[in-house]
This record gives sequence, C-alpha cells and structure tokens, in this order.
Amino acid sequence: MRNNWWKILGIVLLLYVHIGGLLLHAPRMPILNETIRALYFHVPMWFGMTLLFTCSVVCAILYLAKPTQRMDFFTVELAKVGAALGVLGMLTGMLWANYTWGSPWHGDVKQKYSAISLLVYMAYFVLRGSLDNGEQRARLSAVYNIFAFAAMIPLIFILPRLEDSMHPGNGGNPGFNVYDLDSSMRLVFYPAVMGWILIGLWIASLRIRYRLIEEKILELEDEKNN
Amino acid sequence: MKKITRNFLAVLMSFMLALPALAQAPVEMADGMRAEGKIYVVVAIILMVLIGLFTYLFLLDRKVKKLEDKLGNNR
Repeated sequence: MRNNWWKILGIVLLLYVHIGGLLLHAPRMPILNETIRALYFHVPMWFGMTLLFTCSVVCAILYLAKPTQRMDFFTVELAKVGAALGVLGMLTGMLWANYTWGSPWHGDVKQKYSAISLLVYMAYFVLRGSLDNGEQRARLSAVYNIFAFAAMIPLIFILPRLEDSMHPGNGGNPGFNVYDLDSSMRLVFYPAVMGWILIGLWIASLRIRYRLIEEKILELEDEKNN
Repeated sequence: MKKITRNFLAVLMSFMLALPALAQAPVEMADGMRAEGKIYVVVAIILMVLIGLFTYLFLLDRKVKKLEDKLGNNR
C-alpha cells in the first residue's frame, strides 16, 4: 500500500472534483450558463494528455541515450494513454461546442490545431505498427516521438494565441481569468488536473507492467526452448 | 469642436450607464435542479460510476502485481 499513495491521492482528488465540480459555486456567465462546469472535466483531459506526452518524449530521449526494451515500453504506453485522454478531450470539447458555439466542429483554430496534433501522434502509432524489427521500431519511433512533441507544443500552446480563437486565453479572447474572477473555479480545476494526471499515469504504469511481464514470459520461453 | 467633445461625453456616459445593467443581466443556471435537491442524485450516480471504475483499476493492479510476483520481478 505504501507505494500506492499517489493512486489513492488521484482517486480522492477526482472524487472531490466530481462532488465540488457540480455543487460548488461557479460564476454566472451568459451563453455558458451551467455548462461552465464542463471546464472541470474537458480541460483536464488536455492537461493530462500534455503531461503524458511530455513524459513520453522524455522516455524517448532516454531511450535514444541508452536503448533498453524497458524504456521503449515506457515511451509507447505513456503516449497511448496520452492519446486516449486527447481523444476524450476532443469529444468532450465537441459536445460542449455544440451547445455554446452552435456546432460541434466550429473551425475554431485551437480545435483544428489540436486535431492536427492528435493526428501527428496517431502517425506515431502507425509508424510503430509498420515496423517489424523491434529495435528498429523502438529507435525510429523514439525519434519520431520527439518530432511529434515538437509539433504539438506550438500547435496547441502558441499558434492558437496568434489567431482569433473562441477558446478563452487565445487570440482576441480574454484570459482564463474570465471564468474565475473570484478564483472559485481554481479550487476545483487544479485538483481535477492533478487527479487526471495521476490516474493517467496509473493506467500507463499498468500497461507498462503488463508489457514487462509479457516480455519476461517470452524470455523464459526462449530459455526453455534453447 | 465643442460639439464633438459633448457628443463624446454623451457616448461615454451612456456606456457607463449601460455597464452595470449588462453586468446584472440575469444568467440562467440550473437553479431549479439545485433547489429540488435532484442535483445530489446526479452527483451520487457519477460517484458510483467513478468508484466502480477505480475499484476495477485497483483489481487490475493487484492482478498485475500477482503476475509480477509469480515471475519474480522486483518491480
């Protein structure tokens, strides 16, 4: 149990977020109305995705510095869970946009660019799937992972700020502060980000451990056959 | 010149008068749902789903741990 404290922390944070997110005070804003609470659930998906992709690119660099099978598992599984969170962020964003902007795909610049960066990461998995040689796959995909990360950061965090976007804090829009003039939303939003990051890391760790077990079994079988 | 200044002041005044009205426009929220207490039902349902999912994750974690122990993995 002593190694599981961060999993419990993630669970407690998310339980709090789902209670507080629905019951605590939220600012009254026109057009958004009660959907302002979607911020607690939609935005943490993207924060979680970004952090998992960041961990993934760090592992990719570590792999290139010192290639081990283990580090390759870290890189790919972190990227997979990150991509899953990104898809959830996209779907929740489209649902929210449908009721506040008028249509699920609004051509909003941040929406478009985050779709592109998700596609860049999808190409990472396609690249991995198209290579048979394990070592080659690990090396090439680690290099590509760095490029994908280098594309994602400007696509999501820089370019939308240079154009007109309907996302708060981008383009002509005022910053995130518009949602929390009295800081009340931060009380739920930051725990939500932390919670989803921890749960994302937990799921990634399960997948990594599963891959390591699989690897070990294959090794044992090899030994038996030789 | 004087006219322009007066016009400008008039526009400015009307903005200043309009601002509080804008700020105080009633924004519709799900107040009825809160008043009825039905919101607690929604919260309870979401919590059930979350707790179920987390329990599932924990059981999965334990299964993986058992396999690791079986294989003599230190991690």
